[in-house]
Amino acid sequence: MNPIFKILSNLGNQVTSRIWRLGSAARLFFLTLIYSGESFKRIHLTIREIYFTGVMSLIIIIVSAFFVGMVLGLQGYYTLQKYGSSESIGVLVALALLRELGPVVTALLFAGRAGTAITAEIGLMKATEQLSAMEMMAVSPIARIIGPRFWAGVISMPILASIFSMVGVMGGYLVAVPIIGVDHGAFWSQMNVNVDFRFDVVNGLIKSFVFGVACTIIALYEGFDAPPTAEGVSRATTRTVVTSSLTVLGLDFILTSFMIAH
Amino acid sequence: MTQKNIVEIENLSFGYGNRMLHKGINMVFPRGKVTAIMGGSGCGKTTILRLIGGQIKPKVGQVSVDGKIVHKQDRHGIYELRRKMGMLFQHGALFTDLSVFDNVAFPIREHTKLPESMIRDLVLMKLNAVGLRGAHKLMSTELSGGMARRVALARAIALDPDIIMYDEPFAGLDPISMAVICDLIRTLNDALGATSIIVTHDVEEAFSFADYIYFVADGVVAAEGTPKELSKSKLPFVHQFVHGEKDGPVPFHYNAPNYKKDIYESV
Repeated sequence: MNPIFKILSNLGNQVTSRIWRLGSAARLFFLTLIYSGESFKRIHLTIREIYFTGVMSLIIIIVSAFFVGMVLGLQGYYTLQKYGSSESIGVLVALALLRELGPVVTALLFAGRAGTAITAEIGLMKATEQLSAMEMMAVSPIARIIGPRFWAGVISMPILASIFSMVGVMGGYLVAVPIIGVDHGAFWSQMNVNVDFRFDVVNGLIKSFVFGVACTIIALYEGFDAPPTAEGVSRATTRTVVTSSLTVLGLDFILTSFMIAH
Repeated sequence: MTQKNIVEIENLSFGYGNRMLHKGINMVFPRGKVTAIMGGSGCGKTTILRLIGGQIKPKVGQVSVDGKIVHKQDRHGIYELRRKMGMLFQHGALFTDLSVFDNVAFPIREHTKLPESMIRDLVLMKLNAVGLRGAHKLMSTELSGGMARRVALARAIALDPDIIMYDEPFAGLDPISMAVICDLIRTLNDALGATSIIVTHDVEEAFSFADYIYFVADGVVAAEGTPKELSKSKLPFVHQFVHGEKDGPVPFHYNAPNYKKDIYESV
């Protein structure tokens, strides 16, 4: 075969298979929304999944947030004191966390901790015919398995991102006030005056909600679509982290553009 | 009107891509009978069960369950049909996050609004039928292969189905578990007044309890009859399969080019 033809043919295959996968993921997303009523009838399943995806992610979120906040405190002070405005350190830490780092880092950690667990669990359920068995018992796996995990992810993400931002601010405070010696009152009052609820807090929450939808549906789709083999599940788990991370960063740029333009 | 045959397969053809697994299969499964589908590995026996359950659609022909054409049903219709079916998967397919009790209770809780006390009685009765009432508190991951299959059988019969389908129920079992499952298939079929469809390649077991047997080879029904008729069959394929002979119409080698040519060409 002509090498150029081969390259073009491979490229074509890659493009069509990606579009195909995107279409299947979108189909799964819409089916999940359609079956949501059935999923909510089994609300105890969603609550159980919130425990596994949300509550069990708390430790990694809190510890990471604390360190990120402390680093922000150090880096922020280093830069701000050059301009003689080290009192603004509170604003810098709060805005960086609420607008960017809270939603983005939480989503990346979520993809690594909860996303991979969701993909591996669903992939293995498929490999061991548990999903087929459920189908044969006239129970929809989308309503029983996918729906509760989806809503658990979507509900957990904004809460985790809020906790991340709060703990991050505490970390920044710890470095800036007791350690470096920035004025306690200036730290909080500057933050109080300069952080806008609608444009900083709410926009951050909107971001984390969108990231929650994206990360969870990617993890669910990769598990649902994984070939039922050990290699298939392991590759799907890797793809969950890679695709989720890139999607979160890409979506962050798009959302930020809209929010700033507004 | 009640159909004489609860499942009918007419001129069924199915395949993946260009490879056709079935090329015009006709089978009937009369009510109350135990029918076995036999054939070598990879001949599409399990696929027939999946076609009956409506998990895949035939390319040509049709499968009817209780007089309804399966692939023409919408989701609701297929789920209605599946409520009449119980299926035992090859490795049990128990839900690993649930206990033995909750696995058997799963279909009852999903499809009925019975009080928990009644569900408990039903589950213990089903588990008692498979001899595992004492294991109801164990997690499904704590069971041996044979026990897991018996629990899966209890789950499959939880809603007293009209049709019970078994996918390789004897694969990988020790002789005692095999005898237990063998006995259970016949007993449950007769006690529940159900119809059983068993996919297997274990000749001795299938011949011991089945009322009727279909042999599938090369995508078609190669032979059919009662165990008595088939054990006397002079058909070369049936003879080779029943007696487990290496030489016969079923080749040992997968389709391959000339051996000598293959070896020299690779150098």
